[in-house]
Amino acid sequence: MIDFGFTVSPSSRLDLDKMDRTSFNALAKIEPDVLKCMACGSCTASCTAAQFEPTSLRQAILLLQRAQVEQALNLLKGCMLCGKCTMVCPRGINTRHLIISIQKIYGK
Amino acid sequence: MKNNILVIGGGPAGLEASANLKRMGYNVILIEKESKLGGHLAKWDRLFPDGVSARKTLEALTDEIRGVNCFTETQVQSLNILDKSYNAILSNGITVLADAVLLSSGFDLFKAEKKEEYGYGIYEGVITNADLEKAFREKKMPLNEPRAIGFVHCVGSRDEKAGNPACSKVCCATAVKQACEIKEVYPNADVYCFYMDLRMFGRHYEDLYLKAQKEFGIRFIRGRVSEVAEMADGRLQVKAEDTLSSKPIRVTLDMLVLMAGMRPSEAGRSVGRQINLTTEDDGFFSSEDNLLAIQKSKLPGFFYAGACTGPKTLPDTLHEARSAALEIDRYIKENTREK
Ligand SMILES: Cc1cc2nc3c(=O)[nH]c(=O)nc-3n(C[C@H](O)[C@H](O)[C@H](O)COP(=O)(O)OP(=O)(O)OC[C@H]3O[C@@H](n4cnc5c(N)ncnc54)[C@H](O)[C@@H]3O)c2cc1C
Ligand code: SF4
Repeated sequence: MIDFGFTVSPSSRLDLDKMDRTSFNALAKIEPDVLKCMACGSCTASCTAAQFEPTSLRQAILLLQRAQVEQALNLLKGCMLCGKCTMVCPRGINTRHLIISIQKIYGK
Repeated sequence: MKNNILVIGGGPAGLEASANLKRMGYNVILIEKESKLGGHLAKWDRLFPDGVSARKTLEALTDEIRGVNCFTETQVQSLNILDKSYNAILSNGITVLADAVLLSSGFDLFKAEKKEEYGYGIYEGVITNADLEKAFREKKMPLNEPRAIGFVHCVGSRDEKAGNPACSKVCCATAVKQACEIKEVYPNADVYCFYMDLRMFGRHYEDLYLKAQKEFGIRFIRGRVSEVAEMADGRLQVKAEDTLSSKPIRVTLDMLVLMAGMRPSEAGRSVGRQINLTTEDDGFFSSEDNLLAIQKSKLPGFFYAGACTGPKTLPDTLHEARSAALEIDRYIKENTREK
């Protein structure tokens, strides 16, 4: 590559055409309730880990839908599987189980 | 008891009110400017929230109007307030002396071509909610194995630049309903709804939303579509912000359905102007009281029912039609000599 002395920042735009949804579809197959999330944020609000490091199941679900796997998994690293979010989810998603399923499908 | 009641507009509101007034023994004259009765209901296919047939619903309403003097393709040419009655000259030459008038002129669909950035009337793939209902009704679906289809909420609603800051109430439920229906026709297509807020307020509406997510896999993207452009192959490039992930988003679609909102009926407003009926800032008629007396205008003997006083669902409209009939009955008994 020729060095032109400058770099171009990568686009932050999400292109839905190019998004590979294979893994998300596999997740939805074993954990159909993931489709019920309406992004209310109750899980993140009740999360103890979120007080210490960026942790958000709400955002992780969205990022997985957008095939941003690494960022999504980073947002679940702090999770200690305490299950408080399961108690607050108004759509009755078993969020604790969902997090385990996410690890099953996406975990390395 | 043979007092004349003039009902202007033969949509769901006018039909339901006429049937009730007739049953109460009044002489009802119902006029409709189009060649067929039914108003917008005559254009829809299946209704939210339960998917019942619009055709059957309309039949049930028209079955009840036996004995009502019904004139289609008829408008009000002039309307005057007399001492305790209204004198209307109709476009068919008939003059009606009415003891009370019910205005049920409904709404006009927002003209989607006004939102030029969405390309309605310019790009073939861009249609409205009403166009899609027509396609469902006639069973003539416009696409062949589409890959992706999008719905844009709030077109001409909640948009000061489009001249309407208000919510049109029915289009969220319509979008979610149509998204499920389109997925039934094209199960392999990705279906997106671009929304700002989802207003699924009524009984069973939230169930419809949940079904759209879980059973149909409809993808809801919170963000308003900013622009649409046609590509060389005729497909559409759509841009928006995915506000939940704070990133710009783009997607290529085969069809984009615009949820055009509800605007006051122009034909209704021209009747209003003849007797100086007042409207609110949104252009819909002003009621005597927005809580206690939506069906009453500020003029004695002049009443409203349905979407002429703002966006309404079908059940809202029908309830108002029935209560307007009761109000008219009470007004006649208290104010006019029975004939
Ligand atoms: C895309 C869309 C889908 C919808 N789907 C549903 C649904 O699934 N379920 C639901 O509950 N609701 C639905 N609605 C709402 C429903 O259409 C309205 O609630 C209903 O049509 C209102 O009835 P109306 O009689 O007040 O007005 P309209 O249906 O607008 O009827 C008014 C009638 O008056 C006539 N008129 C007007 N002015 C004059 C005049 N001066 N002289 C003579 N005639 C005149 C018009 O030609 C028209 O026939 C939908 C709305 C939209 C926009
Ligand atoms: S009902 Fe929904 S789509 Fe229609 S104007 Fe209101 S928020 Fe927008």
